[in-house]
Amino acid sequence: MRLSQLEVGETGIVKEFTDLEMSVKLMEMGCLPGEEVRIERIAPLGDPIAINVAGYQLSLRKREAYTIVLQ
Amino acid sequence: MKADIRVALVGNPNTGKSTLFNVLTGLNQKIGNFPGVTVDKKVGYTTLPDGRTAEIIDLPGTYSIYPKSQDESIVFSVLADKHNAHTPDLVVIILDASNLKRNLLLYSQVADLKIPVVVALNMMDMAKKADIDIDVNLFAKKLGVPVVPISARKNEGTAALKNAISFANKFAFQEDSIDVNTIAPELVEAIGRELNIDNPYLALQLAHQHETLKFLTPEQSDRIEELEKEHSFNSQKAQGAETIARYAFINDLLYDTVKKPVTAQGETHSNKIDKILTHKFFGFVIFFAILMFMFQAIFSWSSYPMELIGDAFVWIQDSLHHTLPPGPLTSLLADGIIAGLSGVMVFIPQIAILFAFISILEDTGYMSRVTFMMDKLMRKVGLNGKSVVPLIGGFACAVPSIMGTRTIENWKDRMITIMVTPLVTCSARLPIYTLLIALVVPNHNVWWVFNMQGLALTGMYVFSLISAIVVAWVFKFILKGKERGYFIMELPVYRMPRWNNVIFSMYDRSKAFVFQAGKVIIAISIILWVLASYGPGDRFAKIDQKFSTSQYTQHMTPDSLSRTISSAKLENSYAGVLGHTIEPVIRPLGFDWKIGIALITSFAAREVFVGTMATIYSVNGSAEKMQSVYEKMKEAKNPDTGQPVFTLAVAFSLMMFYAFAMQCASTVAIVFRETKNWRWPAIQFAYMTVLAYAASFIAYTLLR
Repeated sequence: MRLSQLEVGETGIVKEFTDLEMSVKLMEMGCLPGEEVRIERIAPLGDPIAINVAGYQLSLRKREAYTIVLQ
Repeated sequence: MKADIRVALVGNPNTGKSTLFNVLTGLNQKIGNFPGVTVDKKVGYTTLPDGRTAEIIDLPGTYSIYPKSQDESIVFSVLADKHNAHTPDLVVIILDASNLKRNLLLYSQVADLKIPVVVALNMMDMAKKADIDIDVNLFAKKLGVPVVPISARKNEGTAALKNAISFANKFAFQEDSIDVNTIAPELVEAIGRELNIDNPYLALQLAHQHETLKFLTPEQSDRIEELEKEHSFNSQKAQGAETIARYAFINDLLYDTVKKPVTAQGETHSNKIDKILTHKFFGFVIFFAILMFMFQAIFSWSSYPMELIGDAFVWIQDSLHHTLPPGPLTSLLADGIIAGLSGVMVFIPQIAILFAFISILEDTGYMSRVTFMMDKLMRKVGLNGKSVVPLIGGFACAVPSIMGTRTIENWKDRMITIMVTPLVTCSARLPIYTLLIALVVPNHNVWWVFNMQGLALTGMYVFSLISAIVVAWVFKFILKGKERGYFIMELPVYRMPRWNNVIFSMYDRSKAFVFQAGKVIIAISIILWVLASYGPGDRFAKIDQKFSTSQYTQHMTPDSLSRTISSAKLENSYAGVLGHTIEPVIRPLGFDWKIGIALITSFAAREVFVGTMATIYSVNGSAEKMQSVYEKMKEAKNPDTGQPVFTLAVAFSLMMFYAFAMQCASTVAIVFRETKNWRWPAIQFAYMTVLAYAASFIAYTLLR
């Protein structure tokens, strides 16, 4: 299961990343393995998405969310 | 000013860092540059309780010491360079108490550089509201640094923070956060030995960042590169491992110092607002309504103060002519300098109002929602959600906006944003548009609320945005990018705007405009006056001679005679000669030689156009009664046909020309500075000039 496959309001736990470069950036922003993430909303045009992670809101593109593998 | 202690402010974006900076330094601040880079350096001064003066440097907000953009790269290089004039004695790290976890990553990195640190725990009020309970004493004890709870917005705790700064240690006593030696120990040891660095984390950072650090010699940098190869160092893997270790430390630290409500909170305030503001339909409606309101406000709110400023200068000009003896010096002062000064000052209301809006939109957190909503659309045309802010900023001025593109990490996205930002209607075009619209568009209301002139102006703004998007789309196919773009961005919670910051930004921007653009404009006004008041050879003498014959003096009233003389003189002045020279080229656009003069003089700055018009028509008009430039242009008649010069076709053709032409020396300079290559400003100048001529020609041909 990838983060990009979740619907709005659903939660998941980050397991690993498929892209090294992206993972470094995501982890810095507090999105790291073991962390719970929830899809907050999707932008009006369908991309990017906003997720809740580590107590704040982070927006990222669907393509980027696809690199996050959930447990 | 000489300071006793140098303090750097470091923190994540949206933590209230600039609010704290403003609270600490008040208006006692200035903007400079870091040597060798284009990042703005904000420095201010504050007096400590013990009477010493502290210099405070506001470093760009960053989530990590690993830079993602040019702005962020300055943070590490300032902190790490021990032999620089900017090296801080102390770092104040500002942490958002309501979002400690992510904020602590940067803290732990900076702390490991072993620079004395004081923690300012900001937004304590927000944390309390969210039922987050922080044991500040235990927190400080575990970190080994002073921790001062503050609320910068309410100016609470800042006295205690100043106290903590004055009592801060000269040495770094903070606890280690992670064991740096678990990450690439051999490499760290080798770099430490060869470059004589005893801090392992500093050595590790040099391995990561040596390519961009200005304070390393090329030999040192090459040597680090060799060592990396020798120890097969993978920068990204090492960074990932470090981040995981740091968050383990942070989780451990927060475990018994911060208590959060276990149950998930109900829907937050911010979420409710987001449901409306980023709604599929209402989101865009609200966004365009805000833009529309902004332009209407700029147009209508500024008209009264602008009139006032304009009238004041006309009055000054008038009284100078009356009190001083007539002659070239009086004329230079009244028609050259004062006319130019008036052209600068009249801008202030518009700039202030625009920056009030921009600063409110940024402060409330709405700007990042605009980015969020527009990203997909912007990506289609080769831009990036983050390009929205520079583009909207372009409505004020392209210069700071182009500097603002540094937040765009991707090279191609950034280049395209730089290339198209000057197309957006900046505030310098506003007086040209308002003047020309007022001349040819009736001042009626349609549907009760919309003023026709306001609508025409909105039209020009929308048109500029559309042309920027189309040009961006074209550049998307021309430019070749290597790196991939990404869009990982915090959506900060909504907050009330800080009115102090709004007022400060209005003041700051207006001041910067008056002093930076003003110098150029006044210089150009003086040159222009000379060009318009003197002519080559003995042409002026011949005119005087010609009109002194009885043929003229007997058949014309003194008033119309003097006007005829002035007009003949202007046409034969240096400016007139120049205008005539380019007339064949601009004739197809509907412009005469007088407009030609204005095009030449506004070459360096668009706003000079109005000043030029004022000078040309004031030289041309009757000397007894000063009229505003608007009235003079309205009365201007084509000498051949007797028809008004400024018809709908000419006015719109002129507006099209100014919409596209790169008539701004500051933008050319800033694009060079940002791209470090003359090719980019040259390409930009060329494409914009071609578009300007074509659009002008089309507008004139269609409307004639």
